[in-house]
Amino acid sequence: MTSNNKLFALIIPVISVFLGLLAGAIIMLLSGYNPIEGYSALWRGAFGDAFTIGETIRRTTPLILTGLAVAFAFRSGLFNIGAEGQVIVGWLAAVWVGLAIEAPMIIHLPLAVLAGALAGGLWGFVPGLLKAKLGVHEVIITIMMNYIALYISNEIIRSVLTDHATKTDQIASSASLASEWLQGLTYYSRIHYGFLIAIFAAVIMWFLIQRTTIGYELKAVGFNQHASKYSGMNVSKNIIISMVIAGGFAGLAGAMEGLGTYGNIHLMSGFTNLGFDGIAVALLGANNAFGVVLAALLFGVLKEGAGEMPTGAGVPTELVDIIIALIIFFVASSYIIRWALLRFKKEGK
Amino acid sequence: MIDLLQSIIPTVLFFSAPLILTALGGVFSERSGVVNIGLEGLMVMGAFVGIVFTLTFEDTLGSATPWIAIVVAAVIGGIFATIHAVASVSFNANQVVSGVAINMLALGVGVYLTKQWYGKGQTDMVDGFFRTDIPYLHKIPVIGPIFFERVYATSYVAIILAVIAWYVLYKTAFGLRLRSVGEHPMAADTNGISVTKIRYIAVILSGVLGGLGGSVFALTIVSNFSHSTIVGQGFMALAAVIFGKWHPLGAMGAALFFGFAQSLSIVGSSIPLLEGIPQVFLLIAPYVLTILALAGVIGRADAPKANGVPYIKGSR
Repeated sequence: MTSNNKLFALIIPVISVFLGLLAGAIIMLLSGYNPIEGYSALWRGAFGDAFTIGETIRRTTPLILTGLAVAFAFRSGLFNIGAEGQVIVGWLAAVWVGLAIEAPMIIHLPLAVLAGALAGGLWGFVPGLLKAKLGVHEVIITIMMNYIALYISNEIIRSVLTDHATKTDQIASSASLASEWLQGLTYYSRIHYGFLIAIFAAVIMWFLIQRTTIGYELKAVGFNQHASKYSGMNVSKNIIISMVIAGGFAGLAGAMEGLGTYGNIHLMSGFTNLGFDGIAVALLGANNAFGVVLAALLFGVLKEGAGEMPTGAGVPTELVDIIIALIIFFVASSYIIRWALLRFKKEGK
Repeated sequence: MIDLLQSIIPTVLFFSAPLILTALGGVFSERSGVVNIGLEGLMVMGAFVGIVFTLTFEDTLGSATPWIAIVVAAVIGGIFATIHAVASVSFNANQVVSGVAINMLALGVGVYLTKQWYGKGQTDMVDGFFRTDIPYLHKIPVIGPIFFERVYATSYVAIILAVIAWYVLYKTAFGLRLRSVGEHPMAADTNGISVTKIRYIAVILSGVLGGLGGSVFALTIVSNFSHSTIVGQGFMALAAVIFGKWHPLGAMGAALFFGFAQSLSIVGSSIPLLEGIPQVFLLIAPYVLTILALAGVIGRADAPKANGVPYIKGSR
């Protein structure tokens, strides 16, 4: 049975991705495009040359981190829809430190990255606390926190960091993750050292969950709160820790955008969607650190490759959003895929 | 004072109508035990259909176009919500995940088709609804000019629907069944109520009302469709559902209040008391208040008991 479950855990994402891409091809056919041209444009857009590969890695970096943010909370039975807001405050805090402080790189850069993680953690702390102490559902609180983050950070950009400008100055080079060496390798794409941080964060999540007492307790709380409580664990503490760490991951994703990709923060009319995509990433990656990295890479490729589809094959980029949404549906409805697979097996015999 | 009310109240009604409609959809769905994060996507779908229909038929149907457009948007919204129903009721998918997917799918489909049909990321502007005087009622002294002069008729449609929703939920057998399915599906099932059927109806109703809300928003407030037509109104409606304690009239009250908060950022400068308050506080007010409401500061808000739990027959 266990090996069967593991097999399903592997098969279901693969089938879902396949079905999603198939549906994408059908949509292209129905709207009069050539699916082969469409997907080869997508491939070129993601892997065509060194530049696009650099950009694909850049796009994957924050997705890994927001995926971890959702997956980590999910491990203790919490749904972190708030990655969106945690990204924004992390981005803001990192850029703020990058602008306000003068220090050598060895101090400045870690400080700015840490500020992003802390801000995200703080944004995760509020729903964690409310959930732990008052039993308020974290989904609603995190959604509300998203909007509060959006409006407050816009206000801070407008009135504190600048004088009614639409974006801040560039951060000091001592806080920047940008790398001339990597950029040189990739025809000056916006690739930066952040992807090392993202991979490192995935390793940390794996280590925390699989190899430490904290991780054991977090998982236990996710499986059964009452059992955890009666075996002497502090459930509220674990819920708060889980949300804070999850928020920290998302805050790091924001720091990647602020210190790596853009080097500043600009007014946002809506969300970055990194947080919502993180839900898709976590789901497809089965809430497992390694799975999250793979899923983030897949979505990074799809999203970056989509940029080439309008010019390469005339297909609107939104096709990729549709494909991703369908993949989520298929993974979420894995119940039915499982049922169908078992059915096939029986008939095969 | 009357001048002041005359400037505020029509604006509040104007901003609240889409929120009231969508929040009512949320009430139906959540009362039956299906969490609906997808309200935002349902509004997107409604806005898209409303605008496209109006653009296409404006010339042939004349002044009745927006009214027909919102009905069509409601129907398509209901059909679109069926996806959420299938995933979360029949396939036992995680309802929050399915809702998130609905949001992504609606925006993807809407913008994809907009580019496909119009060759650009946003549609042209439409005329949509106009402000009118409500017949007879606007002649009532004092009240008439404040409530019924130069308003959108859709605002009153929303309020009437809220009352109907309250009647359906609390005074009919169907409403009782719907609520019982959301509180204790197993007990309802034992009494011969089909949990699946009720939840399907409730989710489809939420699509109808969400589509209505989205199209009313598009045809009164923004007048075109693009990726940024609906940004957060669905989530605000969800906040209204909770702030209104999952009650149709409560949700309406909450939506009116949020509409008031939104209109303050526009007419606020003309109210002496609120002049000094930075706009950002008015912008975040609905969300902060919802958090406070949930935390029990403003009375406790308890969700329907079985909200978010798929019902699997025979499991305890």
